[in-house]
Amino acid sequence: MQEQERNIRYNAYVEAKIAKTHAWPSLFNSFWVGGLICTLGQLCNDLILLWFPSVSTQSAWAYTLIILIFLASFLTGLGVFDKIGAFAGAGTIVPITGFSNSITSPALEFKNEGIIFGMCAKMFIIAGPVIVSGTVSSMIVGLIYLFV
Amino acid sequence: MERKRENQTVFFDNKPKIIGHYSIVGPKEGKGNLRKYFSEIEEKDDFFGQKTYEKAERVMIERALDGAIKSANAKYSDVHLFMAGDLLNQIISSSYAARSFDIPYVGVFGACSTMVEGLALSACLVDGGHFDTIACATSSHFSTAERQFRFPLELGNQRPPTSQWTVTGSGADIISIKGNGPIITCATFGKVTDYGISDVNNMGAAMAPAAMNTLIAHFKDTNTSPKDYDLILSGDLGKLGSEILIDLMEEQGYKLGLNYKDCGQIIYKRNQDVLMGGSGCGCSATVFNSIIMKKLMSGELKKVLFMATGALLSTTSSQQGDTVPGIAHAVVIEGVKK
Repeated sequence: MQEQERNIRYNAYVEAKIAKTHAWPSLFNSFWVGGLICTLGQLCNDLILLWFPSVSTQSAWAYTLIILIFLASFLTGLGVFDKIGAFAGAGTIVPITGFSNSITSPALEFKNEGIIFGMCAKMFIIAGPVIVSGTVSSMIVGLIYLFV
Repeated sequence: MERKRENQTVFFDNKPKIIGHYSIVGPKEGKGNLRKYFSEIEEKDDFFGQKTYEKAERVMIERALDGAIKSANAKYSDVHLFMAGDLLNQIISSSYAARSFDIPYVGVFGACSTMVEGLALSACLVDGGHFDTIACATSSHFSTAERQFRFPLELGNQRPPTSQWTVTGSGADIISIKGNGPIITCATFGKVTDYGISDVNNMGAAMAPAAMNTLIAHFKDTNTSPKDYDLILSGDLGKLGSEILIDLMEEQGYKLGLNYKDCGQIIYKRNQDVLMGGSGCGCSATVFNSIIMKKLMSGELKKVLFMATGALLSTTSSQQGDTVPGIAHAVVIEGVKK
């Protein structure tokens, strides 16, 4: 009991001791980098539609996503993306670039443990929860659609 | 013959000495504050010429042991026992490095406190007359630690402000009853202490209570106070952890003054983006085996209380929401008298 009280007191003391970080600079960086990525996506989309008139709007979106995913993956391989991510935070994580990075980085990391049990098995350690929550929430939404 | 022991502290009457030492570090550490003190700096390749980071860590230990034996002017056959430990699961870096030496091996684990644990145990065995000469070493590598404990290296995430940077480096010492060098006069073995911190990105706060317990036990057992030492050196509490330790000690009536330093805070420069400072077994090992040993040998430092702290967690315990227990061991090392 005494120990519990001591621990609660210590945790509160540590919490107060931690220097408070300011959210604004990080928010600003995420905002402009994230905005830049989205603008880049829009640019890709518009250029595809402009240069290849036969492509449907739907397909142009798909091509845009592929380009962004490739770019993020490529930059991850070059060892640049982690530095951009450390600077921009959610600005690079929230767009599809973050998802791409979260799959490429463990794939690179675990290739020493073999193709099957290393790279393939560990590829989803970061992205796995995202895929699961996406699938589960789409199931729930589907059920709602079915009955409403 | 009766050995002297007071509570948690053992005293060495036969003067076990550190007759050889060596430190090897990676590129980032080489750019830090202690550049001119390290025995060897790998300037560019943090793979150390190997294919994986795990293998690189082994090479660091091998080179550190080799260098320490050379600096003691000894041969491999003079070393009767090799004692080592590191952070990786099943301490593979140490055990695999030991594979390449024809020396009996003992693996020890005390997380980041391993350097002092090794020094203390070696001193006990040498002082007790069981061995003449023992080598002890430890290592850590930023990239192997990140892989094991945190996220993939290339993941674009942000580091929490309380986190520390694992030192890429290895340090080795040769402890012997013969020869010349700084003398280990006593060692205080610490108790596992847990104040309920569960944030794995705040190791300093998790380990500070253990450091306080060991320091207080040491001062009581030896009848000394902080001002009796030229330097009180903690392992890798980092900026936040050291500040907490100073607060905790003050609460207990001990004032840690200007003679208190933390390896994690001195190894890197401020602009190296390491947040709270360095950590890992290699942190205390490389700082001690560079600047501190040089100053002990030159007589600039006469009496050093060297205490390293360790966080005894694993990825399993932290994923299951367990708190982080800490440990701290301390040794007193007296410099060469001029």
